[in-house]
Amino acid sequence: MDSVTAIAIFSIVAAAVCMAIGSVGPAIGEGRAVAQALGSIAQQPDEAATISRTLFIGLAMIESIAIYCFVISIILIFANPFWNHIVAARPGG
Amino acid sequence: MHITPDQIVLWRWGFVELNATIVFTWIVMLLLTLVSWLVTRHLTASVDHRSRWQSGLEAVVELIRGQIHEICPRESDTYLPFVGALFLFIAVSNVLDIVPGWHPPTGSLSTTAALAISVGVAVPVFGILRQGLAGYLRHYLRPSWIILPFHLLSETTRNLALAVRLFGNIMSGTMIAGILLAIAPLFVPVLMQALGLLIGLIQAYIFAVLAMVYIGAAVQREQEGAK
Repeated sequence: MDSVTAIAIFSIVAAAVCMAIGSVGPAIGEGRAVAQALGSIAQQPDEAATISRTLFIGLAMIESIAIYCFVISIILIFANPFWNHIVAARPGG
Repeated sequence: MHITPDQIVLWRWGFVELNATIVFTWIVMLLLTLVSWLVTRHLTASVDHRSRWQSGLEAVVELIRGQIHEICPRESDTYLPFVGALFLFIAVSNVLDIVPGWHPPTGSLSTTAALAISVGVAVPVFGILRQGLAGYLRHYLRPSWIILPFHLLSETTRNLALAVRLFGNIMSGTMIAGILLAIAPLFVPVLMQALGLLIGLIQAYIFAVLAMVYIGAAVQREQEGAK
C-alpha cells in the first residue's frame, strides 16, 4: 500500500472512529443531566427558571466535548493537511 | 464546500484580501449600529408616545441586565456594555443564517478566537480595575499556592474552549445543512436550519453567560478576603 492510499484509509477510519467514540460520553452525560434537572423541577417547581437556565449552560459545556470530536472529524475529511501535502507532492498534481 | 467563510475571497488587491468573514462581520456591525441609532434618536420616558422599536430594544436590554445581575449582583451595569455587545453580535450573526446566502462570521475560527481573546483580556482588566494589580495577582494564589499552575492552565483552556465551542456549533450547523441538501433536499434541511437557529441563540447566550461568570469570578475575591 503506497502512502497516498494509507493516508486516505487512515484519515477516513480515524474520522469515523473519532466521531463514534466521542459522541458516547457526552450523550450519556447529557441524558443524566436532563434526568436530574427534571427531578429537581418536579421537586421545586418554583425554581424551574433557574434550573432550566443552569441546565442549558451545563448541556452546552458537555456538548463542547462532542463538538471537539466533530471538528477533528471534519478537519480529517475536508481540510486534511497530510492529504493536501501528499496530493501536492505527487508528480502531475 | 467551504469549512469556514475565511476561504471565500470576495476581493483581492495585492496582498490585501477581503474574505467573506470580514464582509459579513461588517454587515452585522452596520446592522446593529444602524438599528440602535435609528431607534434611540427619539428616546422618550413617557409611556404613551414611545415607539414599538424603543420598547423592543428596552426589553432586550432589560433581559440582558437581569441575567447579568443574577450572576454578579454588585455593579452589574459596568459589565452590561461588554457582555451585551457579545451577546447581540453573536445572536444577530447566528440568527441571520436564515437569510439565503448568509455565511455567519461566527462560523470562522478567526472570529470566535477574536471574541475569546477579548473575553480573555476583559477578565483581568475588570479584575484589576476592581481589586488593583496586587489584589488580582494575589487571587491566583488562593486557596493555596500549589494550585497556581492549574489555575493558569484552566484560564487558558477555558478561553480556548469558548472559541472552539462557538466555532464548532455554528460551523457544524452550516455544514450539516449543506450536506443534507445534497442527500435529502425537500424537508430535512428545513428542520436542520430550525435546529441551527435554536443552537445559534443558545450558543450566543452561553458565550455571554460564561464571559460574565469568568468576570464575576475575577472580581469576587475581594469579598471573600474581607470576611
